[in-house]
Amino acid sequence: MPIAPADTGPVFSVRDVVVSYDGRRILDGINLDVARGETMVLLGGSGSGKSTLLRQMIGLERPQSGQILVNGVDLAKSSAGELKRLRRSIGVAFQDAALFNSMTVEDNVALALREHTRLAESTIRLMSRMKLGVVGLADFGRFSPQELSGGMRKRAAVARALALDPEILVFDEPSAGLDPIVAAELDELILGLKRAFSMTIVVVTHELASAFKIADRMAMLYKGSLIAVGTKEDLQNSTNPRIRQFLDRVPDNLVDTATIDQYFERYLEGGSS
Amino acid sequence: MKITAVERLGSATLRHVEYVGGLAIQFWKASGSLGRTVPLIGNRYRWRSAIQQMLAVGIDAVPMVGIMAVCAGFILAMQGASELRRFGAMQYVIDLVTIGFTRELGPLLTAIAVSGRSGSAFSAEIGSMAVTEEIDSLRTMAVEPVEFLLAPKFLAALIMMPCLTIVSDACGILAGGAFMRISTNMAPGIYLRNVVDSMVLRDVITGLVKSLAFATIIVQVGCLEGFRVRGGPDAVGRAATAAVVKSTFLVILADVGFTAIFYLTGGH
Repeated sequence: MPIAPADTGPVFSVRDVVVSYDGRRILDGINLDVARGETMVLLGGSGSGKSTLLRQMIGLERPQSGQILVNGVDLAKSSAGELKRLRRSIGVAFQDAALFNSMTVEDNVALALREHTRLAESTIRLMSRMKLGVVGLADFGRFSPQELSGGMRKRAAVARALALDPEILVFDEPSAGLDPIVAAELDELILGLKRAFSMTIVVVTHELASAFKIADRMAMLYKGSLIAVGTKEDLQNSTNPRIRQFLDRVPDNLVDTATIDQYFERYLEGGSS
Repeated sequence: MKITAVERLGSATLRHVEYVGGLAIQFWKASGSLGRTVPLIGNRYRWRSAIQQMLAVGIDAVPMVGIMAVCAGFILAMQGASELRRFGAMQYVIDLVTIGFTRELGPLLTAIAVSGRSGSAFSAEIGSMAVTEEIDSLRTMAVEPVEFLLAPKFLAALIMMPCLTIVSDACGILAGGAFMRISTNMAPGIYLRNVVDSMVLRDVITGLVKSLAFATIIVQVGCLEGFRVRGGPDAVGRAATAAVVKSTFLVILADVGFTAIFYLTGGH
């Protein structure tokens, strides 16, 4: 049974979410809404908590306090059946693709169909090939994941995420580890999926070019707190020093090159004496 | 200083209780999923996986279990004979080997072999899947990892461990026969008649019951170690080692418990 969407309400509603590991606060009172049909990019540096927030939003972990509602259903209070239905409505493409290495690419895509539908094997194969066709991998179904390049693996992961025609698509660092051309292809794929299927898309990334290309709105995390939520223009025009530092790629601690030169000089002098 | 020692004891106790609790929850979930793994009745993909596991856990282990049992059969017969010969009671070597294997050595040797071969493989397989986010991926696809990964292994071990135990019993007893042939020139027919006389159905059944318990321990510990892997490839290696060490330790503990129960309830 499909989840009855609260048509007007947000798809994701994050309310005062706090997460800490070993006494260290990773997320500190996050509030965020993701509207139906929009592409929300979660931006932030390494260790900002953006991947943790994503794991909370897809129900892989539970917050210490606060609520996460998906289509109006509280993840923490949902029954096993409700959680299963919610998960079927969310397709996730993980950072390193997370394809099952013991299966072929086609079997990876077919897995969700085999688990959750009673379709005949021939129909499942046909549907898997169609999903692989959507991401341009129609001829690679019989390959094992190890035989594909990094970009192809990520596209295969997108095909697998699309298997059950989800209403929501989630990407964790889609461009990480890819060359600029392949990363741009993946951005185009995300935009294409949005146009074709009107999906709600959430993307975690720290790649600025990619973020500005695909986002409708952006949320910027810094040390576990949301410091900005707005459109691309809002972020670009922001005067917040942390946002400016991130967008202008300014390092935290500028290293004095003169000091390095002096160090080398001293080292060489010490070596020759 | 005193508080630190108490704290350490408390934290170690909590860790062990938490581990046993984790095992119990996983066992409960896995038992609930077994029905969907049964060949021809359950999920078609799940039971195919169970059959593959039966080949890996059971059939592929036959040579190793067989050789171990033959060696242990010879050892038991030789050690027994060296003492019994002095009393002119070589005949009792047959009882020693038959009872020793059906009650104890058959299931124990099989458990040690399966723990080393499959327990470590289970934890390495699941552990590497945890490292590469494949387990998370399963959960986001609304596929329960315990049912998908553990239940087929559990069913396979529950079926194959008693079979391997029977292979082990047979190989050990055959080795005893070979020893008797070499040392006393006893005819195989007479040896087998003596084996049948000293073999008690209760001993065979208790051995098989033990093997079911050992199968449960090996699968549950191996898989739990795998599911708990966090970090990188080194953590997978540590989990595989921990799976073998902990499951062997728990198998021995369970063996003591079972033997005590069978002893106290008579027959032994």
